[in-house]
Amino acid sequence: MNLLSDTATLLGKELRTEFRSRELLTTTVVFILVVLILFSFAISPTAEESREFGPGLLWLAILFAASLMLQPCFLREQMNDTLSSLRLAVSDPFAIFLAKLIANTLFLLLTEVLMLPLFAVFYNVPILPQLHYLLLVLFLGSLGISIVGTALSAISAQARMRELLLPLLLLPLLTPILVVSATVSASLLDREPVVLWKGIGFLVVFDLVFLTALWLFGEYLLEE
Amino acid sequence: MTKRIILGAVAIVLVIAAAYASFYIAPEERTMGVIQRIFYFHVGSAWAGMDAFLVCFIANLLYVWKRAAKYDWLGVSAAEVGLVFTTVVLITGPIWAKPVWGIWWTWDARLTSTFVLWLLYVSYLLLRTLIEEQDRRALLSSVFGIFAFLDVPLVFGAIRWWRTQHPSPVIMGGPGSGLEPTMRKVFFFSVLAMHFLMAFLIVERYALEKMKYEVDVLKREAEPQ
Repeated sequence: MNLLSDTATLLGKELRTEFRSRELLTTTVVFILVVLILFSFAISPTAEESREFGPGLLWLAILFAASLMLQPCFLREQMNDTLSSLRLAVSDPFAIFLAKLIANTLFLLLTEVLMLPLFAVFYNVPILPQLHYLLLVLFLGSLGISIVGTALSAISAQARMRELLLPLLLLPLLTPILVVSATVSASLLDREPVVLWKGIGFLVVFDLVFLTALWLFGEYLLEE
Repeated sequence: MTKRIILGAVAIVLVIAAAYASFYIAPEERTMGVIQRIFYFHVGSAWAGMDAFLVCFIANLLYVWKRAAKYDWLGVSAAEVGLVFTTVVLITGPIWAKPVWGIWWTWDARLTSTFVLWLLYVSYLLLRTLIEEQDRRALLSSVFGIFAFLDVPLVFGAIRWWRTQHPSPVIMGGPGSGLEPTMRKVFFFSVLAMHFLMAFLIVERYALEKMKYEVDVLKREAEPQ
């Protein structure tokens, strides 16, 4: 019970901090937009090609954006020297991770939902017919990115060169998410859409594996 | 010390014997010809590298649990040695693939997951160079090592199921796979030799890491307060 109420309080804090300035969200949205446009300049796809490669590019943009967005997650606590008081405030340090990863998932989802219409327009992909499944994939993928990313941002915040280090640690670990989410999204946006349930199941497994790992080992990342 | 010398000698003799066996004892493969002989070292290194990463994973778990510096030394030693073997795999693979498949590289399941594995452990070693404090470095890199190892089966599964065109495994594969008996013997002998080499390298690297630690301690003691 304690874990849940602690998490809820901390989640409230994370959301308040972000929505006061909305720095993270605005920057991330613009970043994804820039990357998507640059992709289409780099490969100038035909209509058929953008249907085929679009989802992969979208996920790549999300991954890059996430590796930047997750940067301040623990860094902010460290800069303001608030990490030790956070640790003292909660009975289970997992609550800190849980609050942060829920907040990060929400931020990522929000930016994705803002980006989807633009993606559909720029890449000429109709997204409406399969929207509910697409949102499910976006949710599971973003959750996985946030779980691993929150853990790794606690690591990178304590190292030198942290701005470069986080993407370096994070992106190889997220290869499964990229491969599976891109494939599932591509088959959803195909001319004859198919729901790859096996892929969706895989994403659930990925999320569960790393959530368990974070639950077991997360507290060591916050040791003084 | 003597144990290390004996282990080293055994490893070297075994590797030379494995090289001899794979060139002169194993029969020539019918379609691929002489280039197939690289397979004994290629797959042997792959298995030894994978097992070195397994050692690293166990050392990481033990460090988090027991907090003894020796597990940290073992972790970094195993990761480095595993990386060397995986590099051998990534180099010998294309040498074989060019004449047989006609291309140096293809994004098939095993190639790609080996490459991702290689990247993960490069990140692990990089992370270690970027944290100053010893205990913190040991703890944080151990947790990252655990995450990285958990990722390996997921990477392999994801690529295997959704990025197709993989040739089916020859060893422990389905029906229709398998090796000619002499080839099989030479193959498992090479695997054994590579494992001895791996163990020898890890032991040496571990001794070096331990010495580094001891020098650090001495240096700190010698410094005027």
